[in-house]
Amino acid sequence: MTNKQKPTHSFQKDISNCGLTGFISKSGQQVEGSVIIKSIALMHDRGNGLGGGFAAYGIYPDYRDFFAFHLMYENGMALQLTEEYLEQHFFIEQEEDIPTRRTPAIANPPVFKRYFVKPLQTAQYQEAIEFQKMTDEDVIVSHVMRINNEIEGAFVVSSGKNMGAFKGVGYPEDIADFFRLEEYKGHIWTAHNRFPTNTPGWWGGAHPFTLLDWSIVHNGEISSYGINKRYLEMYGYLCTMLTDTEVVAYMLDLLIRKHGLPPELASLALASPFWDMIDTFPTEERELLTAIRQVYGSALLNGPFAILFASNEGLIGLNDRVKLRPLVCAEKDDFVYMASEEAAIREICANPDRVWAPRGGEPVIAKLDKGVA
Amino acid sequence: MKIDAQGVYYRDLNDKIRAAVATGADKIELVNVNGQYFIGDGINRPVTITINGVPGNDLGAFMNGATIVVRENGQDNIGNTMNAGKVIVHGHAGDVLGYGMRGGRIHILKDVGYRVGIHMKSYQENKPVLIAGGKAGDFFGEYMAGGVLVLLGMFSDDPAKPKHGFRFGTGMHGGVIYVRGAVDESRLAREVGAFELTAEDEKELKGYLQEFCRDFKLDIKEVLAERFVKILPRSKRPYGNLYCPMPR
Repeated sequence: MTNKQKPTHSFQKDISNCGLTGFISKSGQQVEGSVIIKSIALMHDRGNGLGGGFAAYGIYPDYRDFFAFHLMYENGMALQLTEEYLEQHFFIEQEEDIPTRRTPAIANPPVFKRYFVKPLQTAQYQEAIEFQKMTDEDVIVSHVMRINNEIEGAFVVSSGKNMGAFKGVGYPEDIADFFRLEEYKGHIWTAHNRFPTNTPGWWGGAHPFTLLDWSIVHNGEISSYGINKRYLEMYGYLCTMLTDTEVVAYMLDLLIRKHGLPPELASLALASPFWDMIDTFPTEERELLTAIRQVYGSALLNGPFAILFASNEGLIGLNDRVKLRPLVCAEKDDFVYMASEEAAIREICANPDRVWAPRGGEPVIAKLDKGVA
Repeated sequence: MKIDAQGVYYRDLNDKIRAAVATGADKIELVNVNGQYFIGDGINRPVTITINGVPGNDLGAFMNGATIVVRENGQDNIGNTMNAGKVIVHGHAGDVLGYGMRGGRIHILKDVGYRVGIHMKSYQENKPVLIAGGKAGDFFGEYMAGGVLVLLGMFSDDPAKPKHGFRFGTGMHGGVIYVRGAVDESRLAREVGAFELTAEDEKELKGYLQEFCRDFKLDIKEVLAERFVKILPRSKRPYGNLYCPMPR
């Protein structure tokens, strides 16, 4: 186990040309991993082998009420310290290595373990719930932030219920092979093929980025990273992954979970219409958009992007407001597909009922049917 | 000459195509294409490549005289810096079509995406023509320096969608755009204005549309049933004052 320190330089721009793909079965049909792998593999040349990753929802039905922590350890000390930390704060229902398979394509991978946990009723927990008006989710967020920040070489890859992220350095099809993704079944899948141009690929910097059951895969560059990061830090979100995409996961958690904005309005904060457009809107809409831009000016994601963000509620695709990155969507029966290229959709759905490209700043929202999952 | 592209990596597929062109084949049929990039790029001979399936990005980039017929949909960057030849797409196509195109024809039957015809240019008789039969996204004709862009708004998959997007003709400083029916002037960029067609324009446009109708077996009378409007740049240097005032 080589002891890789944290990457030396901190950068903020990840100018890239990555490949994204994702789909959802709105009726909750479980689909095996081989399908998403086929789709992302078709866009092999949108990445350069420095990052590949997947998010999968509905994969842990037996532990659906527990937070499924995926932990990545770069050294033995990180594992030991983290497990001591977890034992202090969590009831651990189940703990095991994440099944992997060595393949020559994946060089010296870190150790991956998963823990199905609930917060322990410690004094600190009571304090948080009773006096700080925190929910269980807030408690989880604070622990994720502390592990990522305070334990050297330990990273929480994902921390949501009945979902998980699998990512690292390599092409996505090789990362999928390494994590034996074909053995999983889920009703929402997203995948990312990374093409970082000015950053060394490292396991923590691969997409998707997650928090609770949020997962984000992102193709583009967030020029407003500094503004977003400083804004988020006021609310207790600490950026540790040295990749701009991280702010998107935390921003969505803040806007949707904490401030209660529906995804449609949160998307309008991230990719707000220009002021000259807002001026042409009818009064009510103009006032709403003006309020959103005034209150959430620091949430605006400036720069070209296409993102897919998934949660246990559904899958959402969003472009920046002038659509400087590709995003194509398609529908077939209860499935909705979103990808950087139409061919990546056709590879796994030969004849979609409808294919369309959303406008810049216009979210495509595909929710799970009521009562599913 | 038939080539099966099922599961064939784009590099190997393009090698096969170039080999076929080199041996003198002038009709090449590709089947089971899905996402392979750069098909037909830089081909200098007047071969015809017919594609069944959805070809990948940069179809016909730097092409110089060949003809590509896509039976279904196309993706982004079709005809990127194309020099001569023709691309015909019987479905919709993606963003940034005809980027920096310098000659030849691109005919798309249905809808097209953002920044179509971006920085097209022309020089003497090298005059590219890109015709979209459906509707278009924002930034249509952005930074256009030459050539002809035509938007019909007739054959669209989305009846509810407006015929064209916003910032239409942003930075346009050359060439001409013809739009069938009216344009929404509130969506025109400051750099362009809407004008009537002259008799000369009408003749030239009819010629282009006749070829378009032949390719898709359409009725030219129906296409010409509505008046067209002409979009032209207001100046040769729209951003001349951007950093310092232009000399008088």
